[in-house]
Amino acid sequence: MQEILNLYSNIGNLTWQMVVMWIVGGVMIYLGIVKKMEPSLLVPMGFGAILVNLPLSGAVTQTIDGAIENGPLDVLFNTGISSEIFLLLLFIGIGAMIDFTPLLANPAMMLFGAAAQFGIFLTLSLATLFGFSLTDAASVGIIGAADGPTSIFVANYFNSKYLGAIIVAAYSYMALVPIIQPPVIRLITSKKERRIHMAYSPKSVSKVTKILFPIMITVVAGIISPRSVALIGFLMFGNLVRECGVLDSLSETAQNALANIITLMLGITVASQMRAEDFLNIKTLFILLLGLVAFIFDTVGGVFFAKIINLFAKKKINPMIGACGISAFPMSARVITKMGMDEDPSNILLMQATGVNVSGQIASVIAGGLILTLVH
Amino acid sequence: MLVNFFASLKVMGLGMLGIFSVAVVLVIIMIVLNKLFPAKHEADEENRED
Repeated sequence: MQEILNLYSNIGNLTWQMVVMWIVGGVMIYLGIVKKMEPSLLVPMGFGAILVNLPLSGAVTQTIDGAIENGPLDVLFNTGISSEIFLLLLFIGIGAMIDFTPLLANPAMMLFGAAAQFGIFLTLSLATLFGFSLTDAASVGIIGAADGPTSIFVANYFNSKYLGAIIVAAYSYMALVPIIQPPVIRLITSKKERRIHMAYSPKSVSKVTKILFPIMITVVAGIISPRSVALIGFLMFGNLVRECGVLDSLSETAQNALANIITLMLGITVASQMRAEDFLNIKTLFILLLGLVAFIFDTVGGVFFAKIINLFAKKKINPMIGACGISAFPMSARVITKMGMDEDPSNILLMQATGVNVSGQIASVIAGGLILTLVH
Repeated sequence: MLVNFFASLKVMGLGMLGIFSVAVVLVIIMIVLNKLFPAKHEADEENRED
């Protein structure tokens, strides 16, 4: 009888904080499966949150009777995330998925991508007022990059202890772009501005240009921000594999098998940072709030830049496309295209929005690199 | 806290300046690449080979 009771003795190690984290994990699984919000990340993260918050969980490192027992999730974290390998391999896959043609056909769109990184830096400053150190504030601000791997890369580089909350915020808000952006855009634009037509004349881009572009970006970004060479280099390597035309099977592998394997590992591994004692504190709430601020002001930055351009430009730009400079690709482009058609069904902003959205992907990685360079 | 805030303002200023300057450089690179290697030139080369 005593032995049977001993089987359940671990229940005595259960805390209310662990139960709260089970609920958090359950909510993430629900959002991923039922609401289809970034399921490839939220479902593994949600399940992982439950795994690591079981009493004396063997999934994470425990000290039992003075002996350290390494948990596989911590091993995966040290091997794949602390070393940045998972993130960089995922970036190869992401690079292979990106088509820079809409941007190359209309290079000026790159400026909107730059403007839409404003939320990162504003949030960095705001975070210091909430008591975060400069490096932690930078880790929180980079949520505004709307780019999971970049957010993880920067937060991990600064050894932020808020990595779990930062990742949850980054991926949750990326999935919520269709909910966050429209009301912000409607608040800061007039109906007349939203109905501005933008003519689209398709331009071709040569294969040579598409091959040289990722190489040139890597060189430029690498010289300006050496710490970002791995980040931007792996992204552009993936793109080169896609565009060179002689590595179709590698491109296919990078876009599918590689990206899927790493995403599978990444989701459950980052959950090792969602232990109750690290996650359940007031700073987590601040991070979730600041992450939302970052996304909002990314949108504001892009839209206001377009409005400033319109003060001088003869051919007016629909300011909504500025909001696509956020790196949430292709969701943001779809959101703005839909908003444009809701205002005027004949106003199809897809190609312009896609060009800006693609520029946002480059700009967010460069912003991450600049943060690594500027923050000590 | 205020020390960090003022330091963050410097990061904000330099960061936005930095990203715009990189964006301008990239725009110039794209324009130069499109001028040096126009798509129409490639189509003409392919037609000549045929």
